[in-house]
Amino acid sequence: MSAGTTTIHSDTGYNFAYLDEQTKRMIRRSLLKALSIPGYQVPFGGREMPLAYGWGTGGIQVTASVIGPDDRLKVIDQGADDTTNAVSIRRFFQTVTDVTVTESTEDATIIQTRHRIPEIPLKEGQVLVYQVPQPEPLQKIEPRETETRKMHAYAEYGAMRVTLYEDVAHFGRIAKTYDYPAVINGRHLMSPSPIPKFDNPKMEMNPAIQLFGAGREKRIYAVPPYTSVRSLDFDDHPFEVQTWKGCCALCGSTVSYLDEVITDDKGSRMFVCSDTDFCNTRQAKAAAQPKTAGEQS
Amino acid sequence: MTVQSSATSMRPVSSGGASLKAGFADPVFDAQAVFRASLLATAYPGRVVPFDRALAPPRPFSSATAALCLTLMDFETLAWLDRQAASDEAVAWLRYHCGLPVTDDPMKARFAVVTDALSMPRLVEFHPGDVEYPDRSMTLIIQVSSFTDGPTTTWTGPGIKTTAHVSIGGLPFWFWSDWELNRELYPRGIDVIFTNGNALVGLPRTIAVET
Repeated sequence: MSAGTTTIHSDTGYNFAYLDEQTKRMIRRSLLKALSIPGYQVPFGGREMPLAYGWGTGGIQVTASVIGPDDRLKVIDQGADDTTNAVSIRRFFQTVTDVTVTESTEDATIIQTRHRIPEIPLKEGQVLVYQVPQPEPLQKIEPRETETRKMHAYAEYGAMRVTLYEDVAHFGRIAKTYDYPAVINGRHLMSPSPIPKFDNPKMEMNPAIQLFGAGREKRIYAVPPYTSVRSLDFDDHPFEVQTWKGCCALCGSTVSYLDEVITDDKGSRMFVCSDTDFCNTRQAKAAAQPKTAGEQS
Repeated sequence: MTVQSSATSMRPVSSGGASLKAGFADPVFDAQAVFRASLLATAYPGRVVPFDRALAPPRPFSSATAALCLTLMDFETLAWLDRQAASDEAVAWLRYHCGLPVTDDPMKARFAVVTDALSMPRLVEFHPGDVEYPDRSMTLIIQVSSFTDGPTTTWTGPGIKTTAHVSIGGLPFWFWSDWELNRELYPRGIDVIFTNGNALVGLPRTIAVET
């Protein structure tokens, strides 16, 4: 990379990746501390971004501080590359960085995600950036930050277990299906952001770097590679992920997270993969292969 | 990946002692590349992470030490420099390029730069953060003589799949026993980034080291 490529981005009115260098340094320092204390929420000076809060401003600031001209960026929203939030964030980074964008999980060096982890296992060196609306897992139990900060400081997580146990008492099972709390590195209770609990096991011992940004709440946290991520449960009510009776109507997958799609007003429905890249890749592979009778995936 | 390995790229000191050396050739992209290296070093502790951004460092900094200072420090980060690192040339360079405030009290500083590791202060003399804010702790940048010649230590913890064998040279004899004490403070504790030539090795507080 030569020094003459400073202004490759298409909108020269802004610094590369929109943020000014001092903001990037501040966020970068927070990111390193976040990796050093897995699951701990590091406060940072969140900036106003040209998107409303709730549209991924935290994730965007993290991505903007990490991204370089050689990166390949993938943005997903609920697993899909082609939904509003993903499209607008991808376009934002194309405007302010001019980096290569991709829909392929395997080709991407940075993946910014809203509420899913890609189905294809991530690799070392890849960076997964989560958009987080509410970083505090204890917020619904204890709204005062002065208190939750103490609860984290002394690993006082009994109240969260009681909440889960109340579910067991009322419904006979833990009813939480997304944003399922997990203990990171055996110490800090962490909100994994509103990913389905189906994705929680993927965070454990993942080779990639997982960074979380909450813009409105101004918190950054991280799960380093190869780190223990234990979803809270009880001996007699172990943690379980969602399962489906059928398979994806488009690619036939039985191992991916499926979305229910209503197809008309007469009650017809189908289940399809929420991860569009995973689904499209499988469909393309199936189309390329000669048809065999009774093919099972 | 933006971090590539490259041959040593320390440029000879050409200017006279009085003139100020330049910072990054390209402040935006060089800082990004060096940050990415420090992110990888912190995420994958024990690995030697080289980067390909060269600059003429002020004495006695190596290229990696100088690059890390430019990447992470500014007017918001009170810094402590050891006796050797606090050379007139280095202090003037840091003040000019980073706007860096410097303190004599290692307990107050957010960053410390150690170039003479053998006479550095004990680890308890640096701030380990607060119980409720463990992130407000020291990040210690230690410039070492080698990443290969030292006694072999075995590292385990987050970021390391099984174990990592690391041979950092030029550390004081008490360093690893002090590190064990630092680990007992968790989630408080100091974090270390070792520098040598044009490469980094991260040692966050979570890592257990067996000698």
